[in-house]
This record gives sequence, C-alpha cells and structure tokens, in this order.
Amino acid sequence: MTSISEDSDKEKVRSVSVDLNNDASLVIDIPDALCEREVKFTVHTKTTLSSFQNPDFSVPRQHEDFIWLHDTIVETEEYAGLIIPPAPPKPDFEGPREKMHKLGEGESSMTKEEYAKMKQELEAEYLAVFKKTVQVHEVFLQRLSSHPMFRKDRNFQIFLEYDQDLTVRRKNAKEMFGGFFKNMVKTADEVLISGVKEVDEFFEQEKNFLLDYSSKIKDATAKAEKMTRSHKNVADDYNHISGALNNTAADNNTAFKKHLEKCAEVFEKLRKVEDRVASDQELKLTELLRYYTRDIQAAKDLLYRRARALADYENSNKALDKARLKGKDIAQAEENQKQCLQKFDKLSESGKKELTSFKARRVVAFRKNLIEMTELEIKHAKNSVSLLQGSIEILNSN
Amino acid sequence: MSGGCGRNPPPFPDNEDQEAELDTRVLDSDEDDDDEGEDIFTIARSKPITPTSAPDEGDIFSEEGSYIRSDVHHATNGLHSDDELDLFTEATVELTLTNTTSQGRREIIGPTASACNTTHVPNSILKPSIVTKTMEELEEEESGDQFELNIAVTNPEKIGDGMNAYMSYKVSTQTTLPMFLNKTFSVRRRFSDFLGLYEKISAKHSLLGFIIPPPPQKSVVGMTKVKVGKEDSSSAEFVEKRRAALERYLQRVVAHPSLLQDPDVREFLERDELPRAVNTQALSGPGFLKMINRASDAVNKMTIKMNESDNWFESKLQEVENEEQLLRRLHAAVDSLVNHRKELCSNTAVFSKSVAMLGSVEENSALSRALSQLAEVEDKMEQLHQQQAFSDFFILAELLADYVRLLGAVRCCFEQRMKVWQRLQEAQSTLQKKREAEAKLLWANKPEKLQQAKDDINEWESKVSQYERDFERVTCTVRKEVLRFEKEKARDFKQHIVKYLESLLHTQHRLVKCWEAFLPEAKAIA
Repeated sequence: MTSISEDSDKEKVRSVSVDLNNDASLVIDIPDALCEREVKFTVHTKTTLSSFQNPDFSVPRQHEDFIWLHDTIVETEEYAGLIIPPAPPKPDFEGPREKMHKLGEGESSMTKEEYAKMKQELEAEYLAVFKKTVQVHEVFLQRLSSHPMFRKDRNFQIFLEYDQDLTVRRKNAKEMFGGFFKNMVKTADEVLISGVKEVDEFFEQEKNFLLDYSSKIKDATAKAEKMTRSHKNVADDYNHISGALNNTAADNNTAFKKHLEKCAEVFEKLRKVEDRVASDQELKLTELLRYYTRDIQAAKDLLYRRARALADYENSNKALDKARLKGKDIAQAEENQKQCLQKFDKLSESGKKELTSFKARRVVAFRKNLIEMTELEIKHAKNSVSLLQGSIEILNSN
Repeated sequence: MSGGCGRNPPPFPDNEDQEAELDTRVLDSDEDDDDEGEDIFTIARSKPITPTSAPDEGDIFSEEGSYIRSDVHHATNGLHSDDELDLFTEATVELTLTNTTSQGRREIIGPTASACNTTHVPNSILKPSIVTKTMEELEEEESGDQFELNIAVTNPEKIGDGMNAYMSYKVSTQTTLPMFLNKTFSVRRRFSDFLGLYEKISAKHSLLGFIIPPPPQKSVVGMTKVKVGKEDSSSAEFVEKRRAALERYLQRVVAHPSLLQDPDVREFLERDELPRAVNTQALSGPGFLKMINRASDAVNKMTIKMNESDNWFESKLQEVENEEQLLRRLHAAVDSLVNHRKELCSNTAVFSKSVAMLGSVEENSALSRALSQLAEVEDKMEQLHQQQAFSDFFILAELLADYVRLLGAVRCCFEQRMKVWQRLQEAQSTLQKKREAEAKLLWANKPEKLQQAKDDINEWESKVSQYERDFERVTCTVRKEVLRFEKEKARDFKQHIVKYLESLLHTQHRLVKCWEAFLPEAKAIA
C-alpha cells in the first residue's frame, strides 16, 4: 500500500517517555514503516558498542517480532526485579481499512469532489494511526536500549542485528500456550499480592499508590479516547459542510455564490487544523495516558513477582520448620530457604531502584508531553485565529 | 445599529424629534427587562456572542436583535415602480396621523440610498437632505433610513397547567413609524397567534404573488414536554429555539414593505388582546380542510403545464427547487456538526473530571497540581464547546432551516401565479364557449336569447381582461419578489457567515488564552 515516512514538517514525534536516545553508544529509531498485509518496521541502529558487528545498520521487523522480544525478556528470571517495558500494542488499521473499503465501493456513486475528500480523510487517518504505532514501537526499543541491563540482553541484540527473518526464533504454538498460562497465573497472583502482609514501608506505599493510580489512569485513558474521537468527528463534519457548501455554490451565480465558496474554503482549512488538533491531542495526551497505563501495569507486575518471591520465601520457611521437625532433608530445606531469601532480597533491592526511577521517569514524561501538547494547541488555535480573521476581512470587504 | 428596516412608509415630519427618539431607545421598563432593553437596540454587531455566562436571554437578545436588524433594512431594493408608489400613497392615506405632504412622498423614494452599502445597489434618487442622525449610528451596510422598526420576542412564560398550558411570549416593538400609536410598546402573544397572523397574511397576499414568510413549525413533541412541566435543558432549549424562530419570523414579515402595511400585522404588534386563532390547530376541522387543499394543489401542479412565454420563470423555478435540495443537504451536515460538538462538550466534561481524579492520586505534588490545572482547562473548554455548539445551531443551522422553508414559500409563489394563469385560461375558454353559443344562436336565428348571449359575452370579456391584468400584475410582482428575495438571501447569508466565523474566531481566541495560561503550569512540573 503506502510507505509512509515521517513528514519533514511534522514534529518529530519522539518518545512518550524521556528522551531515551541521549546515550550515543546505542541509538535506535524507526525511520520508516511499510504497510502491506503486515506492518514492517525498519529498525535502525547506530552504535559504538563492540558487541555489534556494524556501527550503523537497519533491519526489517514485524510487530510479532517485538512481542517475541518482550516475552523472552519477561520470561528471563534474571530480570524479575526490573520493570519490563510494556509491549507495544498491535497496530490497529481497522478504521482506515474500513474507510478504504467504503471508498472503493462507493467510488462510482460519488462525485469527484466527494471522492477526493474521502480520500483526504482516509489519508489523514492512516497517517495518524501510523504515527502512533511507529512511536509506540520505537519507545519500546528505546526503553530497552537505555536500560543498563536490558541493553546487554542477547535476544535484544539478535533482534537489532539479525538480518534475516526472525520467525523461526519466535514462539511456537506450545510456547504461546505457555505464555497464556503464565498470564492466567498472574491474575491469581493479584489476589495473592493484595493479601500478603508487607513489612517494608516503601513497598507498602508503592503498592497502594500503584493500585489506585492504575485504575484512575485507565479511566482517564478511556475518557481521553472518547474526547479525541469527538474532535475527529467535528473535523469530519467540517469536511462535509465544506463539500455541501461547494455543491450549493456551484449551482448558483451572483454574490451568493462567492460568499458560499469563501465559506467552503474556510471550513476546508479549519478542517485541516481541527484534524491536527485531534491527532496531536491523541499523540500527546491520549497516547501518554495509554502508555503509562501499560507502564503502571509493568510496575505492578514487578510488585507481583516480588510478592510471589516473598510468598515463596515464607513457604520455604515453613518447609524448613517442617523438615526440622521431621528431621529429614534439612540441608535441602535450608538451601532452599537461603535461595528464596536471596531472590527476595535481590528483587526488593532492584525493585526499589526501579520503582524510584519509574517515578522520576513518569513525572518527566508527563511534563514533556503536557508542554508539547499545550504548545501545539496554542499553535493550532493561533493558526485558526489568523485564518478566520483573514476570511472575515475578505468577506467584509466584498 | 438600530438600523431600522428600510421602510418607505409615510415620512416622519421632523428630523430633530427623531434624533431625540433614538437616544431614548429603551423598552418599556417593565419587570426585569431594563438591561435587555438596552441590549436589544444597541449596535452590537461587532461584539461576538458574550461568552461569560451560559447564553442567557439578554445575550441572545443582543445577538438576535443586532444581526437581524440589518436583515430588516432592505427598503425597496431598487424596485421603484409605480406599483410601489401607489401602494404607499394608499397606505399614507389610510394610516398616518401625521401630515403627509407631497414633499413627504418624494422623501419616500429617497432614503433607500445607502451611501456605503456595497452589496445592494440603490436605484433610488439620492436625496442628500435625507442624511440624518441615523446614518451615523447605523453600520455601514445599513441603508440610511429615517424610519426604525425593531422587533424583539422575549420573555417566554408558561401560562396555565397541564395539557392546556401554553407559552406566552412578549413581542416588543420600537419604532418611529407614525402609523403606530406609540413609539415603543409590547404585547403578549402565544404561538397560535403567530400562526393566525400567517394565515391572514397568506389569505390576502399570496394570490398577489408575494412571497409570504413561513411561520416556525409546530412541534407536538416539543410543546408537550413543556406543557407537562419538564424543567430540563431540552425543553428550555426548545423554548429558546422557538422564541428565536418567532422573532426571526416577525422580523421577516415587517421587512417586507407591503406586508408591513397590512392592518393585521399592525394589529398583531399593537393590540392588547387578540381573538384566539382557532383555525391553526393541526387536528381541527379547518386544519383538515387545509391539508386537503394542499393535496389538491399538489395534484394541480402536476397536471398544469403552463405555456410559458417567458423562460425566466421556468428556469427560475428549477433553480429554486435545486437550491432547496442543496440547502437541505447542507443543513443536514451542519446538524451533524451541532450534534458532534455537543458530544465533544460532554466528553470533555467527563474527561476533565477523570483528570482531576488522576491528579488527586498523583504523589508528585507539582504534577498533581498541573493535572488539576489541566482538569480546569478542560472544564473551560467544555464551556467553549457548549457556546460554539450554540452558535453552530442558532447562526448556521437555523438560518439554513429558515431558507429551506423560505424557498418552499417562493415555490408557492410560483404556484400562485400558475393558479392565476389557470383562472385566466378557464375564463378564456368560457368566453370562447359563450361566443360559440352566440354564433349558434345567430345561425339558429333565435333573437330573444341573443341579448342574453351578448350580455354573457360582455361579462366574460371583461372578466378575461381583468384576469389578464391580474396575471400581468402577478407576473410582475413575482419577478420583483424573487429579485428582492435573492438580494436578501445573499445579504442574509453573508451576514450570518461572517457572524459565524466571528463566533469561531472568538472561541479560538479563548482557546489560546486557556492554553497559554496552562503552559507555565506544565513547565512548573518538576
């Protein structure tokens, strides 16, 4: 279909998180994406690290490859004490695809202008979805590359470098089922976690905060989505009004016609601005909320893993006591208990670090995006103002 | 811009008096109308819809008043024919209490000249002495008329209870026309009174080929809600919608130079108590009769094929029909916009609350504050969207709805002309028959009946020539009316478009301010 690279005039829509490319030793971006049956992202890496074969290279990757990478990291025991960057959601081209279908079907019954307008709408929507999905995949990789532990991950390196199809290394059906199962167990963990007694003040606070915040941010995301959709509807309406005005003007002559045409022009331009307002709001606000909903979930996952380790530790204590009572397998039980404690301590220690930096990261991200959104809103509104002022002047002078 | 309507009625004898009048333009200061009185009649065109409060009566008022006013100016639109003069002389004789001299009559033609009006070509003889105080106070586009007639419909009040309840509206007039008893006065009218007025006007004038402005539509659903006493926003909206529509209707009626002269119109504006117009009820006997008549009209339309000597009428009718369709579609598109904007409004409100909740949970204090500020910004946006939806509706959607109906009225006008033509045709064929009957009698040599036949022929000959004259007159009137209508339409649309764009501009200005106020808050996050 179409290959869409980032426009030169559109602001480089960078991460919803902090500027993650500030470490020059490993810089990743997605400069391009192709959409045929599947979306193919071009993952471009620039690095000074010796572990890579080339200093500058690109590979094509599909969405499933990203999911594979995410899942292998999640299943790596070593990373249990870290917040795993959330997996990017599947690209959703349902909206544009539907429109394209409608366009193809109705081509014969529409006038040339209507067709052109619908095509415009379609392209705008496509572009918006594209920007979103590229951004979210990019951020995922950048989170990994900027983390001291993840960047060294072998699978990550393969992902970046392996210049052939990754499909063979991806989950086969059995593994996928395994992953599914893991998710189910996790939900049971949630119940477990809320019940576990927490001794550490820090984690107790974190748990309460994350649980509360999680539900609120989910709600805010949903409401933001609805609001953004309404904006888009308004922009669409401007489009239709502009078309209808032109139709009415075409049938006329005299001053009436001129007024209508001018009005149609204004609506057309306003539509463009409204479209940008809607998509910028989506990108900066709605996407921000969406992303942090997922990130909060990842933080919660860390807490669950830690709580599970705690539960394991407590179980191992009980087992040790039982073994001591029975007089059997004491060494083994002691060893088990020591390991559990170690694991728990390690998770607690790294967990604390991760959660603290998560806080900082979240605040910075919100700041950045809110500022950018506000600046864009101001810019668009000022554009509208000058557009409207100009048109009013012209109409009045006629 | 108290631009009055462009009246060419009897002249006002004294300019100085008029100036004094203009300064005291305040309505009867009854109840709580004082502020509104000022608002109605002040030049408020450049002021966008006052944003601060939810659109309350006073605000709507100033808007309605101000922009409609220029609608009402149109004078004679350069259609200076003998007919017009005749009309006005008659009117002069009938109505005025002040002295009308031939001097006065000449002045009738004068005031239509608007020195600065560019959209509307003044064909009149410019009488420099006509430049009055009013010119300075009027906006550029208004014609410098000496006479003012401003109408406002306000103060809807529910009278009675239950299913017999109705809304009563205050109709206020402010005028310098001498044909009225007072300069400012008001009466209370109900919706059926307006319909009754329409019926009367229509009965008298439609056969003459005038375009009769259609009244606002009945709405059983809307009114029932009001009667039942539902005090919610939708019934308030309905009442407001109706009030505005009634106002526009009256303003269009008085904008028509001939209709203004109609004593029924004057009575409607002036008389304290009007007899109840019962024929306007939808489910009444006369109501049914009307429906039947309309149906038979429709059938007639299909069967009559006029022998059009003048292509102008045929092509014009086609134009009108096309335009009606196109405007309908445009109206539907604008309607969709109104609905989506209302949706945007409520979604923004909901989002605002959600952000506030999020802010309250946020542990970082600076971010928490910023989020609650964001919630406030979104709240303000909700109000802006609300007001914009209001503008979308009242400035654009209602304009289009009005014109769809007006175009229907124009079509009726053409149909009336056809009826007149049909009458002429029938008379001509009757005459023909009478002549043939006479011929037969002559041939059959029956002298006694001959005189009768000759009398018949004379009778029908004079009828035919009368109908011919009627047809000529109607043709001429329709043509003039259509031209007047088209000029009005162009001007009306331009005004409303500009006004609408101004409302959008205002909203965007406020948006800029809101966001600019928020920016430092966002930057303060640490």
